[in-house]
Amino acid sequence: MTVTTPGPAGARKRSARSVMSNTGLYLALGVATLLFLVPFYLIVRNALSTDADITGESWRFFPADLQWGNVKELFEDPSVPFAKALWNSTVVAVLHTLGTLLVCSLAGYGLARIPYRHANKVLYAVLFTLMVPAAVTFVPSYVLVSSLGWVSSLRGLIIPGLFSGFTAFLFRQYFLGFPKELEEAARVDGLGYWGAYWRIVVPNSLNFFAAISVITFISGWNAFLWPLVIGQDQSSWTVQVALSSYMTAQTINIHLIFMATAVSILPLVLVFVFLQRWLVQGVAQTGIKG
Amino acid sequence: MATTTPTHSAARGRAPRGAAPVRRRPRGLGGSRGRTLNFWLFTGPFLIGLIVFVYVPIGWSLWLSLHNAQGTVTPTEFVGLANYADMLGDGDFVDSLVNFTVFAAIIVPITYALSLTLALLVHRIRFMKAFFRSVFFLPTACSFVVASLVWKMSLFNGLRYGMMNTVLGWFGVDSVAWLASPHPPWYWLVICSARLWLQCGFYMILFLAALQNIPRELYEAAAVDGARSGWQTFRHITLPQLRATSVAVVLLLLIAAYQAFDEFYNILDEGRATWGRPPLVDLYLQALGANQDYGHASAGALILALLIALVTLAQGRFLGFGRGDEK
Repeated sequence: MTVTTPGPAGARKRSARSVMSNTGLYLALGVATLLFLVPFYLIVRNALSTDADITGESWRFFPADLQWGNVKELFEDPSVPFAKALWNSTVVAVLHTLGTLLVCSLAGYGLARIPYRHANKVLYAVLFTLMVPAAVTFVPSYVLVSSLGWVSSLRGLIIPGLFSGFTAFLFRQYFLGFPKELEEAARVDGLGYWGAYWRIVVPNSLNFFAAISVITFISGWNAFLWPLVIGQDQSSWTVQVALSSYMTAQTINIHLIFMATAVSILPLVLVFVFLQRWLVQGVAQTGIKG
Repeated sequence: MATTTPTHSAARGRAPRGAAPVRRRPRGLGGSRGRTLNFWLFTGPFLIGLIVFVYVPIGWSLWLSLHNAQGTVTPTEFVGLANYADMLGDGDFVDSLVNFTVFAAIIVPITYALSLTLALLVHRIRFMKAFFRSVFFLPTACSFVVASLVWKMSLFNGLRYGMMNTVLGWFGVDSVAWLASPHPPWYWLVICSARLWLQCGFYMILFLAALQNIPRELYEAAAVDGARSGWQTFRHITLPQLRATSVAVVLLLLIAAYQAFDEFYNILDEGRATWGRPPLVDLYLQALGANQDYGHASAGALILALLIALVTLAQGRFLGFGRGDEK
C-alpha cells in the first residue's frame, strides 16, 4: 500500500488515479473491518440464541427470536456463580487502579522532582524491576502470598500488583516535563512538596492520570494468570477465571457461556466508547501495558 | 538550617543557625534534610511494596531454585545447581522453549506487518478515520480469555457448527478438528489468529502516533527530488522515520510472546494437551500442579527471565535500541 501524503494538486490523470487508489483503500479497510468484527458478532449471536440455534445443522446468521431471557438465566443459575465473579472483578479492577495511581504517582513525583543525594540509586532499583517481566515472577510471588495467607482473598489479588515499576517510571517521565513555574508559584504561597503536589500538580495533570487509569483499569479487568493462581476458591474468582472454568465445564450451556462473555466485555466496551480519547492517549504514552 | 517543613520534627530540637527562627519558608522548600524526608514520604510506600512484592520474591525464588523444594517453601536440602540442570535436561521445559521460539517467529513479524499496514491505511484516509481506528482498536477491550473462548467454542470449534467449518462446508470442504491433534498443527493457526486479533489494534495506535510525527516537509522534499510516491517514499522516508517505534514494537511483541500463557492455557485444555505448551504453562504446572515443585519451577522461571533479558539486550544491540532517535 502507498503512503504518501496527498501531493500538490496535479494533473487530472493524477486525481483519477487517486480516486481509484482511494476506492482501493476503503475497500481494504472495509474487508478488514468485517474480519475484525466477526468475533463480536459471534459473541452477540451466541449470547442471544438457544443452544439449538447455535448447534443446529445449518448456520443461523442471527437467532429468529432474541433470547433476552438468557441474561436472567445467567444470573439465576446457581451452578454458575457469575454475579460474584463480576463483583470481584469490579472491586479488584477499581482498587487496583486507584492504588496503583496513588502509590506510583507519588513515587514518580518524588523521583522526578525532589532532589536527594541517592535518588539515582533508587531510580536504578526501580528500573531493574522492568528487566524482570512480571509474569516470570508469578511462581515466587505466589510462594510469598501463600505464606502470608492471602490465597483466595481480594487482598492477595490486589496488593501485590500495585507496585508497578513501569507505571512509576511513566509518572516520573511525565513529571519531569511538568512546568516548573506552576510549582514555583505554589512555593511562593508557602506550600511544601506535599501541598504543592496535591493542590497544584495533581489538578493540572488530570489528563495524564485519566490516561493511565484507563489503561490500568483494563489490564486489571483482563488479568488472568495472577487471578488464576490466587483465586483457588470459587468465592474469589474474577470474571476471567470464571469464564475460563466454564470453558471446560461440561455442565454449562453454550448460550450461557456466551452471555457471560458478553456481560464481561460490556464494561470495557463502554470504556472504549466513552473514554477513547484518554485511552488512545494512554496507549500512545505508555506503549506497553495491555 | 531553619528551613525545615512543618512535618520535619526530627530537626525541631536543633537551634537554628540564624538569630530568630525564620517563619516564612524560603523558596527551596526545605533544607537537605527536609528534602530527604519528603523524598521518602513520596517514594517510601512504593519502595516498601517494591521490596516486599518484587525483590523478596526474586530473592526467595533464587534461594528456592538452589534447594529441593517440593511441596514446601522453606526447604532445608541444598542441591546446588541440580534444579537448573534438571530443567535444561527436562524434555517438557526445553520443548516449551522451542515452542516459544516457533511461536515468536510466527507471531512477531505478522503482527508487526499487519499493525503497520493498518496504521498506514488509516493514516492515509480522510473520512471515517476515527471509525476505522476504533474498529481495529476495539479488540483490545477483550481479554485473552474472551478471545480463547470465542475461538475455541465458536470460530474454530471442531464440530460442524463451528463458524470456520461452516464456511469450509459452503465450499464443500470437510470439517477440520482444529484443536484435537498436533498433526497437522492447525492449533497454531487458532492461537496465532486469536493473538493477532487482540494485539494488532494496540500496535496500530503506536504506529499511528509515530506517523503523525513525521514532518510533512520530508515528503515534499522527496517529491521535489523526483521520488515516486508509493513504495519508494515508504522505503526511504516512512520506514526510516518509524525506526524507533519499530524497534520498540518488535521488542514488546517478543516479550509478550515469551510470556504467553492465557490463550495457550485456555485453548489447549488447561495445559493438558502435551503439544504447543509454552514456558509459562509448563512452570505453572510444575508449581501449582500435583507436584508443587517450587525448586524446579523457580529454576525454570529464572532461566526464562535470563533468556528474556538476553533477547532484549541482543535485540537492542542488533536493532540499535536507544541510538539517539528514541523519543
